[in-house]
Amino acid sequence: MPQPITATNDFVVKFANVNGSGSASANLLFAKSIMRMGVPVATRNIFPSNIQGLPTWYEVRVSGKGYRGRRGGVDLMVPMNPQTWDHDIAEIEPGGYVFYDSTRPIPQSRFRPDINIIGMPLTEIVNGAYTDSRQRQLFKNIIYVGALSALLDMDPAVIETLIGEQFKGKDKLIKPNLDALHMGRDYALQHLQCPLGLKVERADAVGDHIFIDGNNAAALGAVYGGASFCAWYPITPSSSLAESFERHCRRFRVDKATGKNRFAIVQAEDELASIGMVIGAAWNGSRAFTTTSGPGISLMQEFLGLAYFAEIPAVLFDVQRGGPSTGMPTRTQQADLLSCAYASHGDTKHVMLFPADPKEAFEMGALAFDLADRLQTPIFVMLDLDIGMNESLVPPLKWDDAHRMDRGKVMTADMLEAGKDFGRYLDVDGDGIPYRTLPGTHPKRGAFFTRGTTKDRYAKYSEEGPVYVDNMDRLLKKFNTAKSLVPAPELREGAEPAKAGVIYFGSTSPAMDEALDTFAEQGVRLDALRLKGFPFADTVFDFIARHDQIFVVEQNRDAQLRFLIVNEGDVDPARLISVLNYDGTPITARFIVDAISKKLVAANVKPFRKKAPAP
Amino acid sequence: MTYIAKPKFHHPKLATNQLGFTHRDYEGAISTLCAGCGHDSISAAIIEACFELDLAPHRVAKLSGIGCSSKTPTYFLGQSHGFNSVHGRMPSVLTGANLANRELIYFGVSGDGDSASIGLGQFAHSIRRGVNMVYIVENNGVYGLTKGQFSATADKGSRSKKGQANSDEPIDLASMAILLGASFVARGFSGDKTQLVPLIKAAVEHRGAAFLDIISPCVAFNNHPGSTKSYDYVREHNEAVNSLDFMVPRAPIKADYQPGTVAPVTQHDGSVINLRKLAGEYDLGDRAAAMRYVAEREKAGEIVTGLLYLDPDAIDLHEHLNTVEMPLNALGDAELIPGSEALDRFNNSLR
Repeated sequence: MPQPITATNDFVVKFANVNGSGSASANLLFAKSIMRMGVPVATRNIFPSNIQGLPTWYEVRVSGKGYRGRRGGVDLMVPMNPQTWDHDIAEIEPGGYVFYDSTRPIPQSRFRPDINIIGMPLTEIVNGAYTDSRQRQLFKNIIYVGALSALLDMDPAVIETLIGEQFKGKDKLIKPNLDALHMGRDYALQHLQCPLGLKVERADAVGDHIFIDGNNAAALGAVYGGASFCAWYPITPSSSLAESFERHCRRFRVDKATGKNRFAIVQAEDELASIGMVIGAAWNGSRAFTTTSGPGISLMQEFLGLAYFAEIPAVLFDVQRGGPSTGMPTRTQQADLLSCAYASHGDTKHVMLFPADPKEAFEMGALAFDLADRLQTPIFVMLDLDIGMNESLVPPLKWDDAHRMDRGKVMTADMLEAGKDFGRYLDVDGDGIPYRTLPGTHPKRGAFFTRGTTKDRYAKYSEEGPVYVDNMDRLLKKFNTAKSLVPAPELREGAEPAKAGVIYFGSTSPAMDEALDTFAEQGVRLDALRLKGFPFADTVFDFIARHDQIFVVEQNRDAQLRFLIVNEGDVDPARLISVLNYDGTPITARFIVDAISKKLVAANVKPFRKKAPAP
Repeated sequence: MTYIAKPKFHHPKLATNQLGFTHRDYEGAISTLCAGCGHDSISAAIIEACFELDLAPHRVAKLSGIGCSSKTPTYFLGQSHGFNSVHGRMPSVLTGANLANRELIYFGVSGDGDSASIGLGQFAHSIRRGVNMVYIVENNGVYGLTKGQFSATADKGSRSKKGQANSDEPIDLASMAILLGASFVARGFSGDKTQLVPLIKAAVEHRGAAFLDIISPCVAFNNHPGSTKSYDYVREHNEAVNSLDFMVPRAPIKADYQPGTVAPVTQHDGSVINLRKLAGEYDLGDRAAAMRYVAEREKAGEIVTGLLYLDPDAIDLHEHLNTVEMPLNALGDAELIPGSEALDRFNNSLR
């Protein structure tokens, strides 16, 4: 038997539950209680594509240092689902703990000799206290939270306050929940050895941070970005983004005097209709978006080519999940990069933003609408399930009241009246971005025909080779303009550049932050560049040129980011070493450190290039 | 088609409407369709209807999909914005456009390939949502641009130019539109402008989803003996249930609705349709009866035309969604962006 793990404010608790059993709110109560004690947590829902009955897990990483990535491994397992018992027991770190329902005896062989076993007859306790079966189920969850509060030395007052807040307005429910909490806590204090080696100690590491999921934050970003129209089709893991948008609009966008809505939301018949409506609304001057996931992006391909070629602003939130096909609908990946970057047939290139967490999902969610109007093209906000559906502790959202929407180059009735030359596809400023007019602007001037066929600078249909080439080259110029408009990459480099560098983006960032700390502690020098947008700024290629060895860390099988870097920057593929996590679980710092360490060592042993033999 | 551009000048005494526009102000580019194409007659009827309704051309938006019919918005209302979208997807683009600016008039122009095959889903859903639009299908039962394949509206047994008989059941878009909840459904014939122009005018003034199935023979691929969408066949089998005069000066008149007499129907905006009933017991306001009548007459080999169904008090998608009166595309920072104080309160709720 290894030493029981001892750790304060640095451990992982995992709950194994049955989907639909009401465990989610109890687990959230547990996580929030730790945060209210000033100790940061990182939580992740691991759930199936199912409504009721299948296994679901909730992982709470307690991290005094504020690491938000998934750590990997479990120190305290709370297996409340017999279906997954063996799997759950196997996941516990040596010296770790299992807290289980001991009402029915479980043979010793179903445990492991190297873990600490804490049994509590949860079912017996609830059956004694409650007669109603639903109550038995729900309060069992609160009872185990109460027991854990004793086992982990948590402050019960904090949990009581949270219960009070949760049931505010439904005050009748407060007392039964408090009773259940104490039933569990008192039992543990009397019968179990409290606390365990794992402890939560009050700290001041949460500050003014907020606990929010990326879809909610991105939806609020759309509100602050001035979106007045949303069309969407339900698909995991993006549905909660559209639903959050509706909730925010009901709060912020209902005209007080008339009770009427300053927004329109349509649940479309499919993803084709969603993007079609977005394109129609944006063509007509509303800021419009859709929210979807990989299969939706596949369905939208034809329309995306139209929006690119006819130059219509559109914003797409792609909450990525595991592909291909239906793939892993409830698991995370960064696997839509290529299908978004080059969406649709023919030569196309699209602008993408890479938020790393809910705070950036809000900021980039708002920015996307300015970029769409400015560049008159689709903008993809590349979220994923890990960011979108997990609540994360992030700094408070900020808004600059001096900011005004950038509606881009829209020719007004006055400009037309003054006789300004209007060519819908005419590059007047040298940035590749033409002026557009909105329908209904001027009685005699500015009308044109929007089409997906080739056209000249004045929107007249033409299949002439030079006219086509002229337009396609201008579109490329416009794409180059986008380089300076998307957020610049974030560089972490010492005064002297290290020999090796790492490039990453999006939801890999929290794990990478932690991995970089680990490397620093080990004395390994590694520079880092976090990408925030596509097309890539020139500084990305400078970074690659400055380093002997470049690691590209991403969460898909085929190294899609690496492909984009090679393709767009004409980089020698041999210079980019892939670190790939694609099993559907969020990447961990442990994984990154392990993978990079192995290859760093290998690189140090062998020279990069053999010298050419002397003639 | 012709290569000779029509001269811009016109007779000084050419009639003008209330806005001071002549017919010519409602025209578009010269058509590139085949000479005699039914679609050109429909474009002419749209021009006539818009002129007579005194519509400001730039306050109209015309959207279409892909195909011969979808090309026609180029040939009318040259001062209107047009959008030639993708095949079968005009309804979604129009829905979005309509929600962004409720003040424009929306023409959705489509064909039988565009709406009954690839776009059947979007046709259905735009109708059932009650988008305020004039949805016109220029129906010739054939794919013209790809040289004469049957479309989904081709009648069973109808013969192609090469003599092949169609074995599939036809889709009747007008009956479908009634079933799906369109509040204005009509069928016209491109060869009968007298019937068509008032139908288009009434559709424009109708609030809600107005659907017009217009039989429009394809002179190149579907105008031969054996076709049920040829000029001759349609003329022979055309069975109008009513004829109508459309009046904008909005004086609601109460009158008895006797068969064979003129009956006024007042629409939501006050416009009046003076309906001359031709078929005996046809009830315009009864959805089930309308579908039954159309099905029965078609079984007897007739093509039922006229205003088939009307709900004069329908409400549209904007009312369903309770949107503000001001077009969404005109809302500015003050109306759309809640600001930093609201955000601080939001932050506080998440701690």
